[in-house]
Amino acid sequence: MPAPTRTLERPPSARDPGTPAIGGRGPDGTGGDALAGTPATTPARIAVWLLVGAITVLFAAFTSTYLVRRGEADWRVGPLPPVLWVTTGVLLGSSVALEGARRHARRGEMAGLRTWLTVTTLLGLAFLAGQLLAWRQLVAAGVYLSSYPHSSFFYLLTGAHGLHLAGGIGALLYAVRRAPAAATAAAALDVADPVAAYWHFLTGLWIYLFVILFAL
Amino acid sequence: MAVMHEAAHEEHKLGFLQRYVFSQDHKIIGIQYMMTSLFMAAVGGVLAMLIRMELGWPGARWGLAKWLFPGGFTGDGTLKPDFYLAVVTMHGSIMIFFVLTTALSGGFGNFLIPLTIGARDMAFPFMNMLSYWLYPPAIVVLLASFFVAGGAPNAGWTAYPPLSALYNPATGTGLAAPGSGLGQSLWLVSLAILIVSFLFGSLNYITTVLQLRTRGMSMGRMPLVTWAQFTTAILMLLSFPVLFAAVVMLLFDRHLGTSFFVPSGLVVGGQLVTHQGGNPLLWQHLFWFLGHPEVYVLILPPMGIVSEILAVHGRKPIFGYKAMVASICAIAFLSFLVWGHHMFTSGMNPLVGTAFMVTTLAIAIPSAVKTFNWVATLWRARIHFTPAMLFAIGFVSLFVTGGLTGIFLGSPAVDVYFQDTFFVVAHFHFVMASAALFGLFGGLYHWFPKMFGRMMDERLGKLHFWLTFVGIYATFFPMHFLGMAGEPRRYYSPQMYDFLRGLSGLNMFVSLAAFGLGLAQLIFAYNFIRSLFRGPKAEGNPWHANTLEWQADSPPPHGNWGATLPTVHRWPYDYSVPGATEDYIPQTVPVTAAVVAGGAPDEPPTTDLNSA
Repeated sequence: MPAPTRTLERPPSARDPGTPAIGGRGPDGTGGDALAGTPATTPARIAVWLLVGAITVLFAAFTSTYLVRRGEADWRVGPLPPVLWVTTGVLLGSSVALEGARRHARRGEMAGLRTWLTVTTLLGLAFLAGQLLAWRQLVAAGVYLSSYPHSSFFYLLTGAHGLHLAGGIGALLYAVRRAPAAATAAAALDVADPVAAYWHFLTGLWIYLFVILFAL
Repeated sequence: MAVMHEAAHEEHKLGFLQRYVFSQDHKIIGIQYMMTSLFMAAVGGVLAMLIRMELGWPGARWGLAKWLFPGGFTGDGTLKPDFYLAVVTMHGSIMIFFVLTTALSGGFGNFLIPLTIGARDMAFPFMNMLSYWLYPPAIVVLLASFFVAGGAPNAGWTAYPPLSALYNPATGTGLAAPGSGLGQSLWLVSLAILIVSFLFGSLNYITTVLQLRTRGMSMGRMPLVTWAQFTTAILMLLSFPVLFAAVVMLLFDRHLGTSFFVPSGLVVGGQLVTHQGGNPLLWQHLFWFLGHPEVYVLILPPMGIVSEILAVHGRKPIFGYKAMVASICAIAFLSFLVWGHHMFTSGMNPLVGTAFMVTTLAIAIPSAVKTFNWVATLWRARIHFTPAMLFAIGFVSLFVTGGLTGIFLGSPAVDVYFQDTFFVVAHFHFVMASAALFGLFGGLYHWFPKMFGRMMDERLGKLHFWLTFVGIYATFFPMHFLGMAGEPRRYYSPQMYDFLRGLSGLNMFVSLAAFGLGLAQLIFAYNFIRSLFRGPKAEGNPWHANTLEWQADSPPPHGNWGATLPTVHRWPYDYSVPGATEDYIPQTVPVTAAVVAGGAPDEPPTTDLNSA
């Protein structure tokens, strides 16, 4: 029976049990033998869902105060700038375009991936421009941040959403550069998937905000 | 990892700035967090001494203090009332957000998470560096509030509006109190920066634990200290954004004319406020939705640290590992459901109050599970009374003392009487502040050799423990009686009402005890700084501990593990295994070489006890 060894230099063996399917990878994913055949979860895929969780809580806090405030007697809803219908459509279109990009990535068609990622980015920028236009229209109509509670919440919620979306555009620009340059389809998806998760979340978040601000 | 050779190579390549200042190495970042937090602890401690000066001898003249804090004292050396409130506010804010959260989560979390799970670094080292480097700017912004018109904020660490919301842009001071001016805005901005820093940190911690565990390190084999850090990171990720939302809305109210939190028809100083239509209670809900998980952000990491220390220095497996993990998770979950117990007196529907009472008392169950398991771990343990062990045992004592008064306060009928008295101050200083501080000290005495490669002085450590332990009880225990007698917290003079005059002797005693407690920390400062440079060199595993960090060098090199990552074969608490040659078996020792006493072995042991 060998004496207990305290060395760190144990060679890895196939019989080492208890290996988590996603463990054993160094910071750069090269520290261990990732199990072949299983789709590797990357740190970015996990981190993006954590980020989505944190932003969900942030907006839950914003909108819970909104929902409470709305219940009071002096509540009135401000005008709905018509351009918001357009921006909503544009943002939905950008999510569809992003799905197109991922379809191309799955088939390894890097040119198509680049095109559709670019289209997504441009639609995202168009959405932001539309939101700014909505703000200008409201200002022209004399509805300011401090005019009444609904207007305060409108600027706060659209502004906070817009800032997060601007971050998403930064992520898209990163993906436009990196994803089509990847060597394999899987590597391209490793870049595109987390960005897509974030972007679709922001689309869903906007629908939620749009509905509670004006419809319900 | 081919990266290892690169990493070793890189260490020679990196300049001083990249290695020690803008470092992406989790160990350096952890130490940076720790050092900065200890500096802030000194600042917060000095503020505590100012509070006790005023409460012990209200209106007395302090020549020296006048010289140290020129703005805070009148010409004849008495502490100004608004400066007193600023000091109370800043003491709480600094200790909670800038000392305990940053030291326990930022310091120990960064240093220990990759080491205890066998990773080379965090999942996102650059984001980790950003997380630390948002912390000093937040400190600068916070402390700058002392030097602006109106001075530091004085609405308390909870910053309740409308007091914290009303601001006169013309003078730069608050409407109701001077500190609600620019100082309050700086406080809010500082917290916003710090929250972003915490967000980066917790994203990193969670991803690292989920992704970078080494071969064989299943979640069920993680040391409890890592479980605690992991759960804390989830708590932070899900609770701090709520405070961020509240901070943004309060800043809007202050500077952009919105009325989220300021009600209509408010008259302050004979002047009708122009805001209308807000609700100050919304702030309280948002604040405490963060605020209560926050106290568990402070106490869960010490719970993990203490579990580690009790096992290592008691030479026994931790009692009830799975129950410990389950109770950490239960506490974390329940902490989101109890915020209302801070608001029993806010006009809350009694039915809602009762619901919050039930969830609050439910937290006593997992807390008691942990306490029983700690005591059971100590039962018949071969205790080495090192400073780390003393502080860990002290933690259990403080946690029980403070936890018992929590049961009083969790009941609305009792809380209505105790709300905002010194009874509450005593409660949270025991259960949360002092207990977390003991976890911090215990952890420092325990991991100092790993962090700096040197040993701290044991005799000074023991002296520090006994003076601190006695000092804490002498300072905070009498506060229960002050509170029961009705002394309110945050008041400038505890003797402004006749019925409180009889308490002046007790207040003086508390103040003297607090000064002694403060002075005792100088022993720690001396020991810490001296050991950094003069302490005897530490071996890799001075406590004969099992967890992975102790199998690395002291201090571990860049990249932590030579060429190969360690492989884990057993749970972390194989201490005093019957039949084993030594009283500890590191996690890296294969099952065939020595039997597993608890937790999940790799495979059914092929050897019987005697052959090991």
